[in-house]
Amino acid sequence: MNQHTDLAAQAATDLSHREFLVFSLGDEEYAIDILKVQEIRGYENVTRIANAPAFIKGVTNLRGVIVPIVDLRIKFHLERVEYGGQTVVIVVNVGTRVVGIVVDAVSDVMTLAPDQIKPAPEFGVTLSSDYLSGLGSLDDRMLVLVDIDKLLTSDEMALVEHAGASA
Amino acid sequence: MDITDFYDTFFEEAEELLADMERHLLELDPAAPDTEQLNAIFRAAHSIKGGAGTFGFDVLQRTTHLFENLLDHTRRGELRLRPDIVDIFLETKDMLNDQLDAYRNEQAPDQEAYERICQTLKTLALEEIGQSLDGGHEAAPAPTPATPPEPEAAPAEDAPTLPSAGDQLLVALIGVGDKDRELLVEELAQLGEVVEQRGDAERYEVVLSTSVSAEDIEAVMCFIAEPEQVAISTAASSNAAADVHAQATGSEPEASSPGASSQGSASTDSASTSQPASTPSASTPSASTPPAKGAAGTERKTSAKPAKENSSIRVSVDKVDQIINLVGELIITQSMLDQTVSELDGAADPRLLNGMNLLQRNARDLQEAVMSVRMVPMDYVFSRYPRLVRDLAGKLDKEVELTTEGESTELDKSLTERIIDPLTHLVRNSLDHGIESPQTRLAAGKPATGRLTLSAQHQGGNILIEVIDDGAGLDRERILAKARDSGLSVSDSMSDDEVWQLIFAPGFSTAAQVSDVSGRGVGMDVVKRNIQAMGGHVEILSRQGQGTTTRIVLPLTLAILDGMSIRVGDETFILPLSAVLESLQPSREHLYSMAGDDQVLQVRDEYLPVVAVHEALDVANARTEITETIAVIVQGEGRRYALLVDDLIGQQQVVVKNLETNYRRVPGVSAATILGDGSVALILDIADLHRLHREKRQRKPRDLASQTASHSLTEDLSA
Repeated sequence: MNQHTDLAAQAATDLSHREFLVFSLGDEEYAIDILKVQEIRGYENVTRIANAPAFIKGVTNLRGVIVPIVDLRIKFHLERVEYGGQTVVIVVNVGTRVVGIVVDAVSDVMTLAPDQIKPAPEFGVTLSSDYLSGLGSLDDRMLVLVDIDKLLTSDEMALVEHAGASA
Repeated sequence: MDITDFYDTFFEEAEELLADMERHLLELDPAAPDTEQLNAIFRAAHSIKGGAGTFGFDVLQRTTHLFENLLDHTRRGELRLRPDIVDIFLETKDMLNDQLDAYRNEQAPDQEAYERICQTLKTLALEEIGQSLDGGHEAAPAPTPATPPEPEAAPAEDAPTLPSAGDQLLVALIGVGDKDRELLVEELAQLGEVVEQRGDAERYEVVLSTSVSAEDIEAVMCFIAEPEQVAISTAASSNAAADVHAQATGSEPEASSPGASSQGSASTDSASTSQPASTPSASTPSASTPPAKGAAGTERKTSAKPAKENSSIRVSVDKVDQIINLVGELIITQSMLDQTVSELDGAADPRLLNGMNLLQRNARDLQEAVMSVRMVPMDYVFSRYPRLVRDLAGKLDKEVELTTEGESTELDKSLTERIIDPLTHLVRNSLDHGIESPQTRLAAGKPATGRLTLSAQHQGGNILIEVIDDGAGLDRERILAKARDSGLSVSDSMSDDEVWQLIFAPGFSTAAQVSDVSGRGVGMDVVKRNIQAMGGHVEILSRQGQGTTTRIVLPLTLAILDGMSIRVGDETFILPLSAVLESLQPSREHLYSMAGDDQVLQVRDEYLPVVAVHEALDVANARTEITETIAVIVQGEGRRYALLVDDLIGQQQVVVKNLETNYRRVPGVSAATILGDGSVALILDIADLHRLHREKRQRKPRDLASQTASHSLTEDLSA
C-alpha cells in the first residue's frame, strides 16, 4: 500500500521533472533530453565525407545503418579538439533520423525540476539561443540545455536537406 | 503467367487503398476539406477502378466508377461536403471492402447491397448537384427505377406479398443462350417445381410452382443472366396451353450435373458477367423482406467455398532490411573471426578450421538468400501488361504489338511494387492517346499495327524504365491551349521539354472524352508523384507523328551493386562496375595538357579528360604523380573520362545504403556501403564526380585562366 502511494507520488513528480543526459565539451557542461538519446558508443571508424563542413566528421556504420557524425566541439569553436579513449559519441534520434554527436565525455543523468530551468538569455553568436531550451542550475553548476532537435535540423548544421532551402 | 496470379496483388493493393481512403475520409473536415485529401481519396477510387476493370471485377468497377465520379465533383468543389455525405462515402467504402472480400473468396458480390449503394450515390448526385452520374460513357446501366430508395438503406417492409405455396410464376428468359438457359432452369428447379418449359432462344418461358417470391428468384437468376433478360409474372392463365409444349424435360436437374457444381460455375460466371445497377420494374431494389434475405443467404452459403488462406506472407520492407543488416553484421563478425584464426599458429586445430569454413559458407549462403528476398526480375512487372494491352487494344479498336526488353533486369522488390501503378498509367496513356487507330496510322503512312515497347536496364547507377510507342506523339499546341484553359501560366516560347512537363499538372488532360481507360488527367499526376516519392524522375521525349517515349529514371536506392573497390590515399571508395570500361597505367607520352591546367589522356584514338579522385574529393596522402597512379576509364551519362586512383583493390558485390536517410546528398557520391571490416565506403557517382571536378576547377582563381586565354589568343594572332 505504502509502496503504491510512493510510486504514484513519483509518477506525479516525473510529469514535471525532466531527465537530461549531461556531457562536457571542454570545461562547459551541456545537457540534452534523455529521451532523444539512443545509445552511447566510442568514437571509431568514421569515414570522411568530402566537401562537407569541418564539424561533420563523416559517417559511420551503426549496425548496418549509415549515421553521420557531428563534432559539437568544432561546431562550438572549442580550442582543444582531441580524439582519445574518453571521446564518446552520443547517438540521438531527431525525428526519423539518427545522428551521432562527438563530445569530450558523458558525465551523468540529471533530473531537473521546472524551477531549476531558467530561460536562456538572448546572446550567443556561435550558439544561438534558438537552439537552447534553457539553462539548468544545479547547486553551483550550470548546464546548457540544448534543444538537439532544433540544433541538428537547422540549416547551419547542413545535416538535413531542406526542400527549397536554396530559394 | 495467368492473370489470376495477380489477383492477390490486386486484392492487397486495393485493401491498402481502401484503408487509406478510410483514413482520409475520417480525417476530412467537411466544412473545409483539404484538397490534397480529396485528391488522395479520388486517386484511391480511381486506382481501384482501374484494377477492377483489368481483372473483370465488374460490380466493383461500376461501384467505384460511380463513386469516383461523385468524388470528382467533390474535389472540383461542385459538391459541398456535409457530415452525412461523408457518412455515405464511408458506407460506400465499406461496401467496396465487402465486394473485394467476395471476389477474393470467388463469390459474387452482394447484388442487393450493390444496387442499394449505387442508388444512394446516384440519388446523392441528383439531389446535390442535379446531375446524373453516368457521365455519358461506358455501357450505361439499365434505366433507374423511378422510386429512389432512402440513402440510409432502411429496407422497406412493405415488400410485395409473398406468394403462398403452390403459386405459379411465369419466368420468361429473353435472349438467353442455350448453356445459360440450362443453368437457369436448373436453378429454378431448386426453388420450386418446374411445371413446364417452352420457347426458343429469344423468349423461353418456364412455369414454376413455388413458394419463393419473384425477388428471390430474380436474385438467384442474376448470377447467370442480366436482370433485363428475366421477366417474372404470375402464370395462372397460361396453364391450359402448357401441355402441348411439355417436352424437353430430359434435361431436368436431377439428370444432369448435381446442384453443387452448377452453382460453383454459376458463381464464377457471375464474376465476369456484368450486373447493371438496377433491376427491371418488376421489383423495387430496396424491397427485401427478411425471409427473402434468408433465402438468398442460404443460397449463397451453399456456393461458398472456405475462405482461401494466403500462401505468402506480407512482410514490411523494414523488417527485411533489418534482417539484411543483421546478416551483414554476422558476415563482418565471421570475417573478423576468420582473420583471428588465420593469425593463429599454423598448428591450429583442424576441427576449428573446418568449423570456420563451414561458418563462412553458411554465412554467405544466408546472405545470398536474404538478398534474394528483395530482388525480383522486371518480368514480375512486365508480365502483367500483355493482357492489359490486349484487352485495351480490343476495347479501343486498335492494333498493338507489345514487346518487352530487359525482363531479367533485377530490381528491388519495393521498387517493383511501386513502379507498377505509374507504369500501368503510362501504358494506358500510350494506348489511349498515343497509338492511333489502324485507319489513321495507314493514312499517315505507318503500319496498321502500333508498337509499344517496355524496356528496363541499369545505366550509370540508375535504373531506366521506358515506355515507347510509335503513336501520334504529344500535340504541343493542344497542350498549350489546354494549359491556358486550366489557368496555368504558359507561353509559346516554352521549350518542348517544358511543354511536356505540363501534362504532369494535377487534373490535366487533353483527351476530349473521359473514358474508363484514361483521360481524367489523374494518371500523369499520380505517375509523377509516385516516381518522385521513389526519388526518381520522369522524362518525356516526343515527336509529333513519330511517337512518345516516357522514361522513368530511378536511382538505385536499395539495390545491390556490382562494385570495384579502389583506394585513394588512406580511403576506400566503390565504383559501380557498370561504369568501368578498363584500367591502365598512364604514361607521360600519352598525357597532354590543355588550356594550361586541364589534362587529357590519349587512350588509343580517343582523348579523355582526366579527373583525379583526390582533387575532386580532397583526399589527403594520395599519389599526385600521375604516372604512379592508375587510370580507370569510366563512362557516365554518355561521357567518358579517366579517373585517377591510387590502387585497385578488387571487385565485390555491395549493398547500397542510402546516405540521405540520416544525412543528405553528397556531391560526387551516389550512396554508401559497408565493407567487410565494418567501415563505411562511399560509392562514387561517375557523372556527378565529373561535374564536381569541373566546378572545383572553375572556382580556381580566374586570373590564371584569363591569362592563359589571352596568351594563347596573342599566339594565335601572331601565327
